[in-house]
Amino acid sequence: MSEASPKSALAGIRVVEFAVFAAGPVVGKHLGEHGAEVIRVESHASPDGFRVHYPPFKENRPGLERGGSYALFNDQKLGVTLDLKQPKAVPLARRLVAKADVVIENFAQGVMDRLGLGYSALRELKPDIIVLSSCNQGQTGRRAAQRGFGSQLTSMSGFTHLTGYGPGEAPMLLYGPYVDFVAVGFGFIAVLAALDYRRRTGKGQHVDLSQYEAGIQFLTPVLLDTQLNRRVHNPLGNRDPRGAPHGVYRCKGDDRWCAIVVFTDEEWAAFCRAVEKPEWVNDSRFANAESRKIHEDELDQAIADWTSQFDAGDVMARLQAAGVRAGIVDSVADLFSCPQLAHREQWVKLDHPEFGSYEHLAPPFLLSETPAELRRSSPCLGEHNDYVFEKILGLSQEEIQQLKDEGVIA
Amino acid sequence: METNGPLAPYRVLDLTDESGFSCGKILADLGADVIKIEPPGGDAARFIGPFPGDRPDPGKSLYFISYNTGKRGITLNLEPQRGRDLFKRLAAQADFLIETYPPGTLERLGLGFETLRQQNPRLILVSITPFGQAGPYRDYKGSDLITMAMSGLMSLIGEPGKMPLRVSLPQSPMWAGMYAAAGALTAHYFRETANRGQHVDVSMQSSLLWALANGPAFWSTNRTVPTRGGSSVTGRSVTGARMRAIYECRDGYLNFIIYGGKAGRRSNQALVQWMSEQGLATESLLKKDWDRFSIETSTQAEIDEIEGPTAKLFLRYTKSEFLEQAFKREMLGYPVANARDILDDPHLNDREFWRTADESWLGQPVRFPGIFARFSETSPSTFRPSPSIGQHNSEIYGAELGLSESDIVRLRGEKVI
Repeated sequence: MSEASPKSALAGIRVVEFAVFAAGPVVGKHLGEHGAEVIRVESHASPDGFRVHYPPFKENRPGLERGGSYALFNDQKLGVTLDLKQPKAVPLARRLVAKADVVIENFAQGVMDRLGLGYSALRELKPDIIVLSSCNQGQTGRRAAQRGFGSQLTSMSGFTHLTGYGPGEAPMLLYGPYVDFVAVGFGFIAVLAALDYRRRTGKGQHVDLSQYEAGIQFLTPVLLDTQLNRRVHNPLGNRDPRGAPHGVYRCKGDDRWCAIVVFTDEEWAAFCRAVEKPEWVNDSRFANAESRKIHEDELDQAIADWTSQFDAGDVMARLQAAGVRAGIVDSVADLFSCPQLAHREQWVKLDHPEFGSYEHLAPPFLLSETPAELRRSSPCLGEHNDYVFEKILGLSQEEIQQLKDEGVIA
Repeated sequence: METNGPLAPYRVLDLTDESGFSCGKILADLGADVIKIEPPGGDAARFIGPFPGDRPDPGKSLYFISYNTGKRGITLNLEPQRGRDLFKRLAAQADFLIETYPPGTLERLGLGFETLRQQNPRLILVSITPFGQAGPYRDYKGSDLITMAMSGLMSLIGEPGKMPLRVSLPQSPMWAGMYAAAGALTAHYFRETANRGQHVDVSMQSSLLWALANGPAFWSTNRTVPTRGGSSVTGRSVTGARMRAIYECRDGYLNFIIYGGKAGRRSNQALVQWMSEQGLATESLLKKDWDRFSIETSTQAEIDEIEGPTAKLFLRYTKSEFLEQAFKREMLGYPVANARDILDDPHLNDREFWRTADESWLGQPVRFPGIFARFSETSPSTFRPSPSIGQHNSEIYGAELGLSESDIVRLRGEKVI
């Protein structure tokens, strides 16, 4: 069932996931995109939250196999069910780990230990196992055991405070659990680094990833500024100390906008030519970077007056043709018709029993020799029980049936 | 335990500007020997503020410093032939090369992937650009705001009807640098089995698609378009109910939301318990059966009924009091922290998260974020300040590449280094 071609970069690696929502499972998806065999462990007693209590659902009707977020985050995986509350299930999970290279878990600190699946227990079974533990605030420290979700942790990690229309105005939410996905990228990197270390030394290890600490990596400049200049950064809308114009401008249509960025005076001259306002070049309010910053309100108004006559796509094309930084504020729908993303084959349609065809997201990097292969949509609950328990663990059909009847494989 | 991190044996040449310099930083944090190559005069990012005391100084751009610690630094002018020859000698010994030039630039310099791999078939070239190496937008100019817009993320941030927003600190380069490091290491795993390198083409726009969380799922599933909700969350109930997430507290804001599932039940019960201790719980909230509450089908009226007293409750506490209570009561919420709150957080001290640079560098001790994850078998590499311009020229060109003192003087005279 491992259909990965030998040209897949990560072919031959087997990953077992005891993970929920995004921060753990998307790491597994990324490994699967390049050929790792990823086995997602769930159960009917405790299905992933994205299966049951998060829209979107197909046709807005909840159902175990109708969750769109689950579908987006779990392609390239095999799905098995083990009810880990059943005494017979844990030994099976441990046998699975003994056949694996990598375990990914993102439960609250302590949960895996209580299940008998903590790192020290797993290392007994498989001395070179690599375990990625990703949780809100890490495995140690006074708040290690705190449960939480990325949508709120994004705020404690400093991002929300930096997002808003101006100083003194209420902070705006980033969309969804932003920091979970920062932790996904770093978790992916950590697993790959640990795999290399194992190749060189024969040793596995435990990776303790705090999603909070992962998020803080993206904020280093403000942390340094606060220490050295006693300054707390506040949101600036879309403005930037480095130059003006620097914002998004309303265009023709409903909620259509184009981002425009000018840093240097050369770029400003090119912008003025492109928008056929040669008089702006010599307008003392806008003549150089410093004066444009001082008169930024007037500048933004003048530009918005111009952009509002055109389609956002036309504004972008015209400015980019003149070498000026410009880009449509794409809606989510626009992303599915963006010619650049299409060129990179960013969305890959795969069949799924409930969704019909579903567009999956390919990785953000393209490898010249070993391109990613998206070949399997997200698993239905327990879809690969027979394959995994028979072919990987070597159970007989009768044993598997009995474990199903007993509610262990369930 | 081994010191210096899991990637200690590898050498990385880092030809990036601010659009990708976090990639090399991540690899340096993992122990790789990362050599930042700057044009004579230094990377233009050395002039991006802020600076200590707001006094511009190419050695002290806090933006530059943030993502160049842990690296060594040399200068090299790639325009003259002699500079390119020298670069090829460096590339012959490197495991990774990371670059952020506009597509086609390395080829124009005679340093394209096909040329470099002839002398070093194991080389992994990582190219980071706004939109990728090929395609209709490959020559489009980008910056953080442009790719934040074109990734769709901005359409999801801000008040409905008002201007879409970015985060007031560039995020695109962080996402691209992170996925570039992941791409580099994916290629590296293959190299160690197949004994050959490859070209990794990273798009900043594509990297940001993961910052949209489940946004694309709405389109893929039902052809609906998620929109921005300001400080409220939409799309968590099939009824379309808006749920407030940002609440004012005594010294700022908190992020709290009603959740479903088992974790939500516990959190919601604890909230009502806290309300009742404070005399704020309504009769119907006290009677509410949270076992039967399902967030995915909740109505606006049901949500509003919970949010009213919640807002009153939170106004009585500070951010840190809330955090303490939320932890104790097992509630799902966190404060809206600023940089000061993060620097003061005792939990991060418990974990010995920070790495401190002594005052000899920036005039006072300064704490830098520690590595992004802890590896049980290796300890993080020793903290190394970001390099000054050409700081390691003698060490790298002389001791390591074998150029003589007089060669180096001559190359300096010719403005090659």
